[in-house]
Amino acid sequence: MEQASHTFLESSTLVWIPLLPLIGAFINLVFGRRMSRSAVYAVSIGAVALACVVAFAHVFGPLLALFRAEPETAGTGFTQILYTWIEVGAFKSQLAFRLDTLSAVMIMIVTFVGTLIHIYSTGYMAHDPRYSAFFGYLNLFTGSMLILVLAANMPVMFIGWEGVGLCSFLLIGFWYENEAFATAGRKAFVVNRIGDFCFLLGMFLLFWATKTKFGASPEFGSLDFANLRSPAVGPAYLEAFWGGDRLAAAAAIFLFIGACGKSAQLPLFVWLPDAMAGPTPVSALIHAATMVTAGVYMVCRLSFLFASSTTAMFVVATVGLLTALAAAFMAFAQTDLKKVLAYSTVSQLGFMFVAAGTGNWTAAIFHLGTHAFFKACLFLGAGSVMHAMEHEGSATPGDIMTMGGLRKRLPLTHITFLISCLAIAGIIPFAGFFSKDEILGGAFGVEPPGWIAWYGKLLWAGLLIAALGTAFYMWRLYFLVFAGDGRSEPAKHAHESPLTMTVPLIILAGFATVIGFVGLPHFEHLHLPHILASWLEPAVTAKWNPEGTAIEGHGSDLTTVVLMAIALGVGASGIAGAYLFYGRGPSKTVAKLVEGGLGPIYNASKHKLWFDEVYDAIIVGPFKVLARGLFEVVDRFVIDTVAVNGSAFVIGIFGRMSRWFQNGNVQRYLVGVVFGGALVFLVTDISDCRHAATFEYKLVGNQLELHAEPGEGVEGATAKIYWDLDGDGEKDKDPAKPGELLDKRDVTVSGYSGPVTMWVSDPITRKEVKVTKTIDLNVSKGAK
Amino acid sequence: MSNLLWNIGYPHFLVLAAVLFLIGVVGVLVRRNALIILMSVELMLNAANVTLLAFSRMWGDISAHTFALIVIAVAAAEASVGLAIVVAVFRGRHNVEVDRLNTLRH
Repeated sequence: MEQASHTFLESSTLVWIPLLPLIGAFINLVFGRRMSRSAVYAVSIGAVALACVVAFAHVFGPLLALFRAEPETAGTGFTQILYTWIEVGAFKSQLAFRLDTLSAVMIMIVTFVGTLIHIYSTGYMAHDPRYSAFFGYLNLFTGSMLILVLAANMPVMFIGWEGVGLCSFLLIGFWYENEAFATAGRKAFVVNRIGDFCFLLGMFLLFWATKTKFGASPEFGSLDFANLRSPAVGPAYLEAFWGGDRLAAAAAIFLFIGACGKSAQLPLFVWLPDAMAGPTPVSALIHAATMVTAGVYMVCRLSFLFASSTTAMFVVATVGLLTALAAAFMAFAQTDLKKVLAYSTVSQLGFMFVAAGTGNWTAAIFHLGTHAFFKACLFLGAGSVMHAMEHEGSATPGDIMTMGGLRKRLPLTHITFLISCLAIAGIIPFAGFFSKDEILGGAFGVEPPGWIAWYGKLLWAGLLIAALGTAFYMWRLYFLVFAGDGRSEPAKHAHESPLTMTVPLIILAGFATVIGFVGLPHFEHLHLPHILASWLEPAVTAKWNPEGTAIEGHGSDLTTVVLMAIALGVGASGIAGAYLFYGRGPSKTVAKLVEGGLGPIYNASKHKLWFDEVYDAIIVGPFKVLARGLFEVVDRFVIDTVAVNGSAFVIGIFGRMSRWFQNGNVQRYLVGVVFGGALVFLVTDISDCRHAATFEYKLVGNQLELHAEPGEGVEGATAKIYWDLDGDGEKDKDPAKPGELLDKRDVTVSGYSGPVTMWVSDPITRKEVKVTKTIDLNVSKGAK
Repeated sequence: MSNLLWNIGYPHFLVLAAVLFLIGVVGVLVRRNALIILMSVELMLNAANVTLLAFSRMWGDISAHTFALIVIAVAAAEASVGLAIVVAVFRGRHNVEVDRLNTLRH
């Protein structure tokens, strides 16, 4: 089981990390139209940069101090509970944020890369009229992602989860005047909704399983990650569910489908290539810092849940591998600069999910981090290239076939792009080498309980092919863009981008070079520090729950070295292959191959394995038919004809009818008044809703107290109440007044059982009502 | 028979009031002449007065006389205003048939 103690200290400043960008978004979206460009830039960049400073201060201040102290006593992170957000029955959700080592890595990446992208955007969007909205959305995007990663429980995570989905919709469709771009935004949103729905199902399932089990910290409320992880809750995940497998399998797979939507995995990846419709900084933000990393982060955050079911892990690893392979294949034949990068992201995310699926959480987060840097650098570099091409009047600034020779025109962009390409291809010592190698090595050595023994090796082999593909298509891209000579007029005259764009590139490229050293490979005989692994250790699980066997992915030193060499060789051969085919621009060999036997394969890659076409045929098409049918039947007929026109018609009929009565002739109205009044009297007389005469009695000891209720119509001073209290059937005489009858509302008699009769007599109408009740003292004891 | 005729009690008064009221109602409903309608309203008010006084006597409670006096006062005011309106309308139109006085409807 997990280590028992995951205590969290209180923090009162954590909320500012997501709040600052959200404040920036608020200012820019509400007041931005009346603000100058520089003011919008200042607010937007200032908000994110400040959040970055606050985030780094939190991580390198208190969190690092905690980390250095004994975790048993000092706790493993910080929690800030703002207030109780929802409390319904057993469900209690706190609006709470948590900083532990895992979220620390994420907030550093998100705020740092986010800040660089904000700065870059000032150059890229310098001529766009809707700059305030753009920067507002960027801030909102960053803020949502920070909510997502800092969330202490699943409902709060879901806020961020939906927030990034919304922002991606807004930003991908930012240039909505273009129909295709608006459609891309909608597609991203709809595909994400499918994943979000499954995320919700997984969340509900987890709540259902853990309902009242709060673990160690009830104040954190339901679905809190610390509570979900506590040993008291653990057994709930292992209960049989869903055809005999563990509940964890069902919950984890639902959540993973949610992650598939957000992180663009098969079969929900289709939105990401289309998302290139957005401005390039948005693509960089989506691909590096926010959005697509959310799924990987969520899986690692719930590592204890996923590790509880090797079935779920199998699904995660397999989907990851298939995605990595399919996306790498699709990237081969793309001719749009950003599309290649998009498929590359999908493929790299597949790598991360294989890492997560093999319990190699550190490697997943490691690759997420290195990928964030080199992919942000690649996208911003692509933006710089397209910016330059567009500036020279290129109608298709993203078409790599019209580029070439840009290394001389854009030297800074070229160098940074080159570094990032080396990193993504996995060439030592750039960042991608270390993280990708760790994923490969982990997959090679892993043997989760319940898996086929060689499945890890299969994953490793598959990933190697994907890595070969990655190196090939990335370097094909590099050669086509930067090598050779310009193949069009704009490419020949392009100019380097402004400093606001190149400085972030240089910083990102610097990190893409060195960031890999936080996770040096593991050797038995040579103790290299793996900073990231020890840093993340408290936040992710290290065991296949609950068998207690450790997740072990390290082989012997020899195996490690051989695996590294193979990976390096694969990367290098990919580059060599790319040079062979594309080293001097689009070569005749490729054209011949495409026209020859490889044509079908080339087409399959170019059409992304016809995923969109298949979805159109089996989902979108029928859905459109259904929508058209609903429009004709429900909207046109039921709502328009029946509901709207129909109700108007019925009201018209009533109007015509009432017009016949309401003719303005007062005397005719009066007939109604008179007959209506008569009817009221008639009905009340027939139904006789007046109270009938009766009496009540109660016993006090042996005394019988009687109280008359003469009823309505006679309750005047003149009504007379006579009693028979001795059962002789005659009205009793009044003992106080000889010769007169007893006439009282309240009378008392003692020790009498038998029939009691009351008469209510009205001297005016000369009506008399007689009521008789039989009273048995023995039975009526205590009765009213 | 003679008993019924000479031993006059409360029911007699009430029946008288009911008959007067009904005559008033029918007058208001069927007649077209505003003057006759006003007179019929007067008849109904006085039927109510008879009822009030009959019950007052029946219950031995003199306070109902107050109501009767108020009704007489209101009736006098109503008659004066009503007659003034009828006279004014007649001056303008030489006609006081209520179903002809429907200018506002059009």
